Amino acid sequence: MRDRLQDWLPRIVLAPSFLAILVFVYGFILYTGWLSMTDSRMLPNNDFIGLDNYVKLFALKHWSIALKNLAIFGTLYIVICSCLGLFLAIMLDQQIRNEGFIRTVYLYPMAISFIVTGVAWKWFLDPGIGLENTMHQWGWESFEFKWIKDRNMAIYTIVIAAVWQSSGYVMAMFLAGLRGVDNEIIKAAQVDGASGVLIYRRIIIPMMRPVFLSAFVVLTHLAIKSYDLVVAMTGGGPGRATEVPATFMYSYTFTRNQMGVGASSAIIMLIMVFSIVVPYLYSEIRHGEKNR
Amino acid sequence: MSHPSQENAINAGSLTRILIYTLLIFFVIYYLLPLWVMVSNSLKTLDEIRGGDMLAPPKAITLEPWRQAWSQTQIGVEATGLKPYFINSIIMVVPAVFLSTFLGALNGYVMTKWEFPGVNLIFGLMLLACFIPFQIVLIPMARILGMLGLAGTLGGLILVHTVYGLGFTTLFFRNYYAAFPTELVRAAQIDGATFFQVFWRILIPSSGPIIVVTIIWQFTNVWNDFLFGASFSGYDSTPITVALNNLVNSSTGVKEYNVHFAGAILAALPTLIVYIVSGRYFVRGLMAGAVKG
Repeated sequence: MRDRLQDWLPRIVLAPSFLAILVFVYGFILYTGWLSMTDSRMLPNNDFIGLDNYVKLFALKHWSIALKNLAIFGTLYIVICSCLGLFLAIMLDQQIRNEGFIRTVYLYPMAISFIVTGVAWKWFLDPGIGLENTMHQWGWESFEFKWIKDRNMAIYTIVIAAVWQSSGYVMAMFLAGLRGVDNEIIKAAQVDGASGVLIYRRIIIPMMRPVFLSAFVVLTHLAIKSYDLVVAMTGGGPGRATEVPATFMYSYTFTRNQMGVGASSAIIMLIMVFSIVVPYLYSEIRHGEKNR
Repeated sequence: MSHPSQENAINAGSLTRILIYTLLIFFVIYYLLPLWVMVSNSLKTLDEIRGGDMLAPPKAITLEPWRQAWSQTQIGVEATGLKPYFINSIIMVVPAVFLSTFLGALNGYVMTKWEFPGVNLIFGLMLLACFIPFQIVLIPMARILGMLGLAGTLGGLILVHTVYGLGFTTLFFRNYYAAFPTELVRAAQIDGATFFQVFWRILIPSSGPIIVVTIIWQFTNVWNDFLFGASFSGYDSTPITVALNNLVNSSTGVKEYNVHFAGAILAALPTLIVYIVSGRYFVRGLMAGAVKG
């Protein structure tokens, strides 16, 4: 009897976590999927209306603004973080004194909340008290920086803050990658007379492909989910200038009483994330098994 | 990560090296700038901030904004300061981190040392769960918390953070235990050790580093969470991130920038301290969160 129990124990121990994930993740995805096809308003209901919510969603100007902002924000965020991260990692990989200290400084924003980051940058970029005012005090009277109040430029201030927060993380990923490069290859290239810049351009940076891929997946996933930073910095404003899918979903579901439309926007967000993450995880796991 | 004996440095002249150091120092200033702005302006009077230079150090240091932010400023309807919300966050974080770490360790142990058919599928499902945009679970979660009588309570938030932390904690422990010699486990079993004896006496004593990594990862994520806090907390269970946002973005009254900055530092302090004290483990968590398989 005791041995039977021991045989079943591993399954029993794993069961609560498995059930929790099954219900709270996959069950909830199905339920949200179902709601996205119902006429739910303030409260969920079960009046099936097919894909009407999706048709409605993509006809909404509000949603197309959110998608456009995500495209602008996501592209700049991913490109700038990757370039800056790689650049800083290469600089730091040159036998720098105090490397540990510099690394710590570059990475600390990752430890703090997007809300805190949002508060700092919101006031720092505020024309009344922040950078603009400071430059005026320093005697540069014509200096102007009103992006955060400007409908056409506000989304770029979110990029500035988000890059500040995440670029150190990407730097750490690239630094780990650079430290894994085989020194023999570099020595051989040096013997052949290749210059430092050429070695990086032709040999080392191409070897960083897996890191670029990981960084791309992590940053895309962060960009699509980004909600906190927008709320703290601009609240989606001025007007709807910095609305993104995450803020759209929240306001349609919880403040505009259009739960069906909110649920359909959440499903679109899930599809966006999974279309990037699933192929990546699949190839990582396949690759991992091959190496075993 | 720190191997000073790197040889793939560019063999460069001293001019290039000066340029490299200049650039590195420039970025040190760039990353520290917002922190400097927050600290220095949290010690200024409101008049000084309005009239002056945000980058300058305070002319006369005042601790009044800190006192205000901690215990006096108006948040929502009550003038309580951030203190009660700070305490809410602690009450929420400690059990959520403990539970998700403990369950993650057990899951990782089962998945690597007691494999049974289907275990890899379960792992795949848990891994994928790490990446869902949480917007997808907000509506059903609100309903379930209501049904369980946990809507607007700290208990509800603890449940939410435990469940959605499981994917990563399981991933961390599974990858760590995969490298742990299975022969040791089998030998102990032959000697008559039970499932839990193996776990407590063999696996856990050698899990120090991964426990630290997981706790830091979970602590940082749960403390910094905003979406779940904003969606599921009630009047007396609001975490500090939500309270800080309410303070800064409330449309009523005078904007007390110095109090906002002091409050922002208060909200950031716990995770910053953890990062400074154990940055190595923090980075390991970040790396494990990025590179899977």
